[in-house]
Amino acid sequence: MLDFIPSLPIASWVDEAVKWVTNTFEFFFDPVKDNFGWLLDTTAEYLSMIPPVVIILLVAVLAFFMSGKKFGLAVFSIIGLLFIENQELWSELMYTFTLVLYSSLLAVVIGIPVGILMSKSNTAESIIKPVLDFMQTMPAFVYLIPAVAFFGIGMVPGVFASFIFATPPVVRFTNLGIRQVSTELVEASDAFGATGQQKLFKVELPMAKPTIMAGVNQTIMLSLSMVVIASMIGASGLGRNVLSALQRAEAGAGFVAGFAIVILAIIIDRLTQNLNKPNQ
Amino acid sequence: MPVIEVDNLSKIFGKRSKEALSLLDEGLSKEEILKKTGCTVGVNRAKFQVEAGEVFVIMGLSGSGKSTLVRLLNRLINPTAGDVYVHDDNLSTMNKEQLRRVRREKMSMVFQKFGLFPFRTVLENTVFGMEVQGMDKEEREKKATEALELVGLGSFIHQYPSQLSGGMQQRVGLARALANDPEILLMDEAFSALDPLIRKDMQDELMDLQEKMQKTIIFITHDLDEALRIGDRIALMKDGSIVQIGTPEEILMNPANDYVEKFVEDVDRSKVLTAENIMMRPETVDFDKHGPRVALERMREQGLSSIYVIDRTRQLKGYVNADDVLEARNNQVTSLKEIIKNDMPTVEKETPVQEIFDIIHDSPVPVAVTEEGKLRGIIVRGTLIAALANVNGNGVEDNA
Ligand SMILES: Nc1ncnc2c1ncn2[C@@H]1O[C@H](COP(=O)(O)OP(=O)(O)O)[C@@H](O)[C@H]1O
Ligand SMILES: [Mg+2]
Repeated sequence: MLDFIPSLPIASWVDEAVKWVTNTFEFFFDPVKDNFGWLLDTTAEYLSMIPPVVIILLVAVLAFFMSGKKFGLAVFSIIGLLFIENQELWSELMYTFTLVLYSSLLAVVIGIPVGILMSKSNTAESIIKPVLDFMQTMPAFVYLIPAVAFFGIGMVPGVFASFIFATPPVVRFTNLGIRQVSTELVEASDAFGATGQQKLFKVELPMAKPTIMAGVNQTIMLSLSMVVIASMIGASGLGRNVLSALQRAEAGAGFVAGFAIVILAIIIDRLTQNLNKPNQ
Repeated sequence: MPVIEVDNLSKIFGKRSKEALSLLDEGLSKEEILKKTGCTVGVNRAKFQVEAGEVFVIMGLSGSGKSTLVRLLNRLINPTAGDVYVHDDNLSTMNKEQLRRVRREKMSMVFQKFGLFPFRTVLENTVFGMEVQGMDKEEREKKATEALELVGLGSFIHQYPSQLSGGMQQRVGLARALANDPEILLMDEAFSALDPLIRKDMQDELMDLQEKMQKTIIFITHDLDEALRIGDRIALMKDGSIVQIGTPEEILMNPANDYVEKFVEDVDRSKVLTAENIMMRPETVDFDKHGPRVALERMREQGLSSIYVIDRTRQLKGYVNADDVLEARNNQVTSLKEIIKNDMPTVEKETPVQEIFDIIHDSPVPVAVTEEGKLRGIIVRGTLIAALANVNGNGVEDNA
């Protein structure tokens, strides 16, 4: 019925755009791929070299103190991590952890300032908000395509795709947390002659901290949920085991690797949840 | 020289504020302007001056524009039109840096819900103003500790606000505002969130502090009793406009319009209180026994410029002025009878307090309260105002 409108060549436009970005910013992407790739591999390798017992004990001690000297999480961590080691998935776990660590770090380091910008300017908010919606609703697989175009295959495009998928919550929560600071406290800060920067660091960020931490927690969980998808473009780790089990229809191997991801998720989630304790 | 001078100051909230402003000049009401432009008139062409050491109360019902007005004074809210001068500096034309300096050095603010930072201890809250100025840690903590001791919180400095009662939290708010010794205090319903009894304590405490510090205080309240208790002058607001400015007496005695009258009406106790309830013991001389020397001595002791004269049976005969007595003594006159004056205001014990206002206003001497011609007591302006400001009248009997 609408045949008289020719089909718009959107897909080829995007192709062109990606090609153009890839070529134009080659000078940027290539060194990032090499150096960041080296950093990721080295981190994972060094982590793998540490005896698992040491890491397990460290995590247990951390869990004990961060959950207010309760044993629950510590015990769970010990059993869970021992299980992963027992299934000979330790080195995969270290690669997955590295992927999550760097994509979350990147998301937080970039997301919090963007969230601050968003909270300070209604214009910025009205521009950034739809971008975040887009980033979160676009199927995560789609990010793999430009990721490969820019960075080839391996850990680096995996971190890139995870970063895009996982950044929105920390941005949103930072914005929300700062906007929620009560008018009276903002006024108090202004009335005593604080500069914008002093107000941000001495009042707004401390007040928004619990909310921001809730965002950080969500961001970490989202980047963890990307590990299987990232393995499709060559990122090492537990995701790759899940993927290959899928390809060979090995239900058992798939379950074990998937279970290992769940254990990691629970430990990280509970640990970071303890960070967003409310203010006094 | 006023410390603060406000001239033609208006604030209109909304997108079409300029348009609304000209409608305001045409004399349209707040309601009409809201209907026509969708803009809310916060403050309508306010004009007043506040002198050094004065407690200037801004009173009005909720929504009358008090908070907006006080925030225009330190430009937490930017005016739509008009000027605010602090000494000779016009806040309206200042850049950010100049404005910041005024806020840091000249004025600080106390908030209705205290405005304390929950993640900072009492001490850390109190140093805030000095911290943002870049004062070094030792000095600011010393000053903050002094301020906290001044408001009686010396032993709570390491607690968090949530560990303190409302009254104590507002003391922290007060200490924070006083810590770097500003010239002007802006207090927006500072005591409104407190229980009535604690509130009264805080009012008294503020008055005690004010006696020592002599700050210029802008105090916002919706409570007439509070306004009468602490205000040197009161500005009454309605729908963003100041409808009357005056001393507590002037407001009570000559309400400018129905609105003020209505506001003042609940001070009904002035109609039931009588002279007897509020009079004080008079200082007298007996002209049958005492001459100029005794009169002078009594006046000197009590710091009076005049003294009432009675006879042996306490019948009121008049009063004498210090100047006249001195002259009489120097001229070797021995009796007070020759210099006695009779133009003193006199009321009966049963006279309602309301009527005394009219009499006391321009009188050079206290009002004499008599019973069958005998002097029973005197009333000075201060007692009269204090009596009216007293919420439940309890304090009044003490003077009787
Ligand atoms: N930020 C704002 N935006 C729009 N209208 C406001 C704003 N602040 C106050 N107003 C309006 O201005 C008027 C005066 O408010 P306010 O100064 O808070 O009164 P008060 O302190 O006497 O209760 C009210 O009608 C209020 O609704
Ligand atoms: Mg108010």
